[in-house]
Parts: sequence; structure tokens; C-alpha cells
Amino acid sequence: MRDTLRLGGGAGFAGDRLDAPVDLAERGELDYLVLECLAERTIALAQLRRRRDPATGYDARLAERIESLLPVLARRRVRLVGNFGAANPLAAADAIVAIAKRLELPVKVAAVTGDDVLDLLDLDTPAMESGVPLSHYAPIVSANAYLGAEAMLPALASGADIVVTGRVADPSLFVAPLMHEYGWAPDHLERLARGTAVGHLLECAGQLCGGYFADPGRKDVPGMANLGFPYADVAPDGNAIVSKVAGTGGQITLATATEQLLYEVTDPHGYLTPDVTADFSSVTLTEAGPDRIAVRGARGRARPEQLKVSVGYLAGYVGEGEIGYAGAGALARAQLAAEIVRERLAHRFGDLRIDLIGSTSLHGHAFDADERPYEIRLRVAGRTRSREDAMVIGDEVEALYTNGPAGGGGARKYAHEQIGIVSTLLDRSRVASAVTIREWKGTHAEAL
Amino acid sequence: MPKLYELAHCRAGDKGNTSTLSLIAYRAEDFPLLARKVTAVAVAQHLEGIVRGEIRRFELPQLRALQFVCEDALGGGVTTSLALDAHGKSLSSALLEMDIPR
Repeated sequence: MRDTLRLGGGAGFAGDRLDAPVDLAERGELDYLVLECLAERTIALAQLRRRRDPATGYDARLAERIESLLPVLARRRVRLVGNFGAANPLAAADAIVAIAKRLELPVKVAAVTGDDVLDLLDLDTPAMESGVPLSHYAPIVSANAYLGAEAMLPALASGADIVVTGRVADPSLFVAPLMHEYGWAPDHLERLARGTAVGHLLECAGQLCGGYFADPGRKDVPGMANLGFPYADVAPDGNAIVSKVAGTGGQITLATATEQLLYEVTDPHGYLTPDVTADFSSVTLTEAGPDRIAVRGARGRARPEQLKVSVGYLAGYVGEGEIGYAGAGALARAQLAAEIVRERLAHRFGDLRIDLIGSTSLHGHAFDADERPYEIRLRVAGRTRSREDAMVIGDEVEALYTNGPAGGGGARKYAHEQIGIVSTLLDRSRVASAVTIREWKGTHAEAL
Repeated sequence: MPKLYELAHCRAGDKGNTSTLSLIAYRAEDFPLLARKVTAVAVAQHLEGIVRGEIRRFELPQLRALQFVCEDALGGGVTTSLALDAHGKSLSSALLEMDIPR
């Protein structure tokens, strides 16, 4: 058995940078590169694309990602794992094979399916967030169970160069290669918990390396325009050292690692994944050199009996309008503009949100002193049933040009469809995952 | 009066309508002061009107960190909020504006 395995974190969300994972794969001496590309809403949006065209529904930037990564992955012999299959992992595998043919690089792709449980949904079940039955959230467009690492093991065992999934719990994307390479079993709870801690540290990519951390004067981070992405050297017992490629920007310190370890953790004593209930309260982080942090000591308890399911539904439309005011009295004029719009729209939209950007838009009031802002941007937003109604809100804000307070400028208006997400639970026994292989062996093999 | 941002850094995270606020002391010796002053009750008062639900605090001394889990903090939930910052990403900065009397 190997004595260490190197996993790289190459994307923290669907819109993440494309250059950093290429550099990580090129110079990182990785065994696996893992891309996490699915926020809560991403898969519901992908499902809508798939409805319009059954050959789509995977990560909208898949082609760019694969075209840039495939040559370096082949050259450096790095396996790629990721949830960029979104709502259609099979179509993603086909698209990857098509790119491989074009680039004349043989590839074997394993697509993991089974997370799509829309047909299994019991609409009388209450949503976890509200206790209201799922039938209240209509129309439902997607329901995806969070698969665990086990669902990916047959894909890894197939020898595939690329494993593409739909919804898989983010840390499980990293735990799967560790289970595969080290032969960890589902009841090796301590090791699974440590692997989960590593996965959680890497799953947001740049956020471990000083991204989303810098605060000039208090938390300075060098070279952020060339922020490096992280990797972890994981031992067979699951303890690890996280680091990044020398010469890249950013930094990995106790402070950046602590922020990322606790990020989005609603219970440090019981971080739930399909693989394990991980206790991060016993984790220790220690400095092991420049940009090197040792991560040790997570503990594990039995995994949850049920799988979490993320349900996407069409939640109507949002209309928005914005306009800016400057100079003496900017705040008063923006407030007057808000009153005008509110009075004109109150009969149609009960739930208007008024934001004074530059003053109170983020937290409703200012926490610091009373300094007078030089400029204020008014934002009016409301929820509507149709796109046409949503447009009305922006139209009214734009009408402030000739009907509102003095000096309004830079009006903008937007209307967009809103996808809501609620969660429910499903028994594991009802979710069956499967693996499908798509392969291109190269022109030479075809000639034989 | 000293502000919390002089002693600690913070990152906000989101799950549905719940916001997590990770508060981390810059220096280990300041952690006891944070643990004493930045109670769940104090945070609830400071973020009144923003966090509408319960706030639970977890102490992680080996990480010199406090984890606040704030229910009903994101205007109904990330995916349907009308707020500009629907994820509540900027709540970290709001927490750090808290006054810390020595």
C-alpha cells in the first residue's frame, strides 16, 4: 500500500477560476484532482437546461474545464474526480469523450448516477427547513440525494481516468479516492472522519489559501491575483498536511485553515455526511513549515441512516431596479426616491425590499460611526409571479429619471426567475447508484 | 472602546436560512476574553433585527475559535431571499463591529 496520497482541490464552485487547477495539476505532483462545482441551486438550474435539451444539463463550463485540463492530466498521470456532471453525468461523460477525440487523447470516463430521485419523492413529506409538506413547493424541478463516497468506489475501481458525478456530498468527493486507494471500509469511522476533514478543507479550493480571507492591515495575503489552489498529502490513517504549489500566490496559515475548517459547519461535534458523522471539535491544526499545516485528530461516529435530498422548485420571479445619487443630500434624495417607488407600487407588490447601497443595504443599519456617504445607490426588489410583473419594478425605478428627485443617475433594471431549494430525507435503501463507462481508446487502438 | 475586529477574525457561512459565524482569536491569549465577552446572548443583541432565530455557541479552544450558529438569519433562505447579500457573507464584518469592553 502507498504511504501517502496527494489530493488537489481544483474548484470551489461552478464559476471558479480555470487557470489555477491547470497549474495545480501541472506542478502539484498530484494523484487526484478534485473539482467541486455544485452549489445548492446549481443542479436545479442544470436540470432546467436538461429539460430544454436532453444532451445538456452538466456543468456549463465543462468544455472549458476539460479542454484545459485533459492534456496536463494525461501528461502528469493525474486522475480527475468531480461533480461537474450536475444534472446529467452521462451526457457529461459523452461530452468529455468527444473532447478527448478532438484532442486525440485517449480517455476512460466513469459516470456515477443515481442521485436524481425526483421520481421517488413523497410530496407529503415535510421540508426540513419549514415543516411544510413538499407539495407546497411547486412546481418542483429537481430532487437530488447527496450520494456518499461508496457510490463512487466502483467508478474508481474501473480504472477510469475521470470520474464524473452529479450530487455527491462535497467532502465525499475527496473521501472516495482515499477509500479506494487505502482500502478504507465504511466502518473505519476514524479514518473516514479524518478524510472528511481533509475534504472539507479542500472543497472550497482557494478559500484555504487566503482566498476570501484578506483584510488589508489586519490579514494581509500576498499575490492574490495568482492565488494558488491547495492540495493535501493524506496518510493511510487519514491525518494530513495541507499545502500549495511553491511560487503561487496566497498563503496557508493556521488562520486560513481554521476559517475553512469551520466554514458552514452547523455543529462542530457532528458534521454530517453520507459517509460518517465527523467530530471536528477534536481536530488540531499545527504549523509544519511555510504554507504547510498538519491536520489531525478528527473523530468519527456512525453515518446518518438517511440521505439528505436537495429539492429545487420554481419560486417565481424577482424584479429589481437601481439608481444612484451623489453629493450633499444624497441619502435624503435616495430615501425620497424610495418613498415614491413604494407609493406607486404598494398596491401591486406587498413585499418590496428597499436597499440604500452605501449605507444600509447589507445589515439594515450601520454599525460604525455617522459619516455621511458621498454617494448612495437605491435598490428596489420585489418578488412576482411572472417575468412581466417583475419588469414593472425596474421600470418604476427607471422612471425616477424624469419623475423623481434631482440628480439620479445610472439606473439599471433586472428581472430573473428564482429557484428555491428545500431539503428532505430519504432512506438509503431507496437510492440505487450506478456507474456507466464511456471510453475512447485512441485512433491507434481503433486501427487495431 | 475596543472593537472585536482588533482581537479576532471571522468568516460567515450559510446553510439554508442558517448563518454560521466562525470567530477566531488572532492571539491564543485573547481567547479567554472572547469566550467571556462574546456570548450567544451578546451576539443576539448585537445582531438584533438581522438574526431572528436562536443562536447557539460552540467553544473550540484548541482552535482558539467560537462557532456561532444563527437560525433564521438569511431573510428566509439563500435561494429565495430578496437581499443583495442573500448568503449573509458580510455578516462576518457585522459581528466584528461589536464593542469589547476590557
